[in-house]
Amino acid sequence: MTPMVKAEGVHKRFGRLEVLKGIDLEVQPGQVMCILGPSGSGKTTFLRCINHLEQINAGRLWVDGELVGYRQVGDKLYELPEREVARKRTEIGMVFQRFNLFGHMTALGNVVEAPIRVKKTPKDVAVRSAKELLVRVGLADKCDAYPSQLSGGQQQRVAIARALAMNPKLMLFDEPTSALDPELVGEVLDVMRTLAEIGMTMVVVTHEIGFARGAGDVAVFMDDGVVVESGDPQDVLVNPQHERTKAFLSKVL
Amino acid sequence: MQNKRFEWSVIRQYMTDPTILRGLVTTLELTALSMVIGIVLGVLLAVMRLSPNALVSGLAWLYIWFFRGTPVLVQILFWFNIAAVYPRFGVGLPFGGPQLTHLNFTTLITPFIAGVLALGLNEGAYMAEIVRAGLISVDEGQTEAAQALGMSRLLTMRRIVLPQAMRVIVPPTGNETISMLKTSSLVSVIAVVELLYAAQIIYARTYQTIPLLIVASLWYLICTTVLSIGQYYVERHYARGSRAQQAAMLDFWRNMTDIRPFFGLRR
Repeated sequence: MTPMVKAEGVHKRFGRLEVLKGIDLEVQPGQVMCILGPSGSGKTTFLRCINHLEQINAGRLWVDGELVGYRQVGDKLYELPEREVARKRTEIGMVFQRFNLFGHMTALGNVVEAPIRVKKTPKDVAVRSAKELLVRVGLADKCDAYPSQLSGGQQQRVAIARALAMNPKLMLFDEPTSALDPELVGEVLDVMRTLAEIGMTMVVVTHEIGFARGAGDVAVFMDDGVVVESGDPQDVLVNPQHERTKAFLSKVL
Repeated sequence: MQNKRFEWSVIRQYMTDPTILRGLVTTLELTALSMVIGIVLGVLLAVMRLSPNALVSGLAWLYIWFFRGTPVLVQILFWFNIAAVYPRFGVGLPFGGPQLTHLNFTTLITPFIAGVLALGLNEGAYMAEIVRAGLISVDEGQTEAAQALGMSRLLTMRRIVLPQAMRVIVPPTGNETISMLKTSSLVSVIAVVELLYAAQIIYARTYQTIPLLIVASLWYLICTTVLSIGQYYVERHYARGSRAQQAAMLDFWRNMTDIRPFFGLRR
């Protein structure tokens, strides 16, 4: 089976700062991979490389068997034209730490925007499925609310619905609960658990150890631009083998 | 106000004089056309300036540097005299190829066209900076979210960034429009019969200088007032989704329409 995400020796530099120092990972279809690690460890950067929001400097990164952002001729990589990059992004949903809902559009407007403008879905079809998605994330009554009228947890659930509206085969979550008040974290994690249960392939950068243990199939611990250890969440998060993982877990638990 | 030299009866008589009204229409046309050119050019230049391509952003910088750095009066005179430099403007194939089309600048560039070109091209430079300020005021997360959904750069700009930048762009643009209404009087130097020049034509004949200048001023005041009211509604439209701003606008309007202080009543 083709892995949904495959990374081979992925390097990323910002100027002289090397953020990713050779990442090798595989996510199988239907798997939920949780990436944990201290801030500055490169986990968010890696996630952003998966949909080419960041360009990698070395290595190879495939999504569903296709190189991300590049095409390979012989040994050389050529960056794909913007249109091709955009087309591939339609298959990858992304949820941000700061929600990034479109502030001038209602919840419904946010969800139907990309299906109508990018996928050219007829408006009535897009609106109908957007409403279904908002029901699924528990916001049936908030269709006409603007983001500024919603709580953080509600905004993040709209953001998840917005990403799902494109029918992605892969969902990326960048610390989806880090900007939320503690009592709002649960409602977002519940939506994510439901998604995991119906078999969505997910890569989740998170600090929620409980979520990683309960809903994750693979846990990855990153530090200083490398994968320190990865494997079954029960092993990595309950009986870590590396000192750095132990030190990190003892701080967050 | 009671000074007889104001000649209020003359003012009343000339407020609706056909020459004045024709001048007023020309002023409005000049303002509208120059602002349309200015805004379209401004958006284009602002997007160019923010381009990662150094050549593209450099070109926009050069344009703004030149048109913002020379007096608009000089630019008006320049466009008026352009036919002296380029009598004809041809579009053809290079290296002696056939000429595809040509424009006769001597007849094409009427004083009115020269005025619109000068004011519009000059305004473009100022609007570019206003639009740029608006574009960079929109959180980068908005662009990233749009791109992550597979939206192209152009679509992102049109559907996501520009509409939200409007909240920052509209107030100074209203200001520019009001300013343009008055600046358009400069084209009287190239004999475009706009509001001021119409008044000048009349007082050159009747020597009623002050009353006619007041006539022109009153018309300018009326137009700027109407524009200010229009600006309020445009701003309200683009305040969608911003609770704080909508509340502030409502407060402003309540205070503006609150007539109690005029009767010595406390709010």
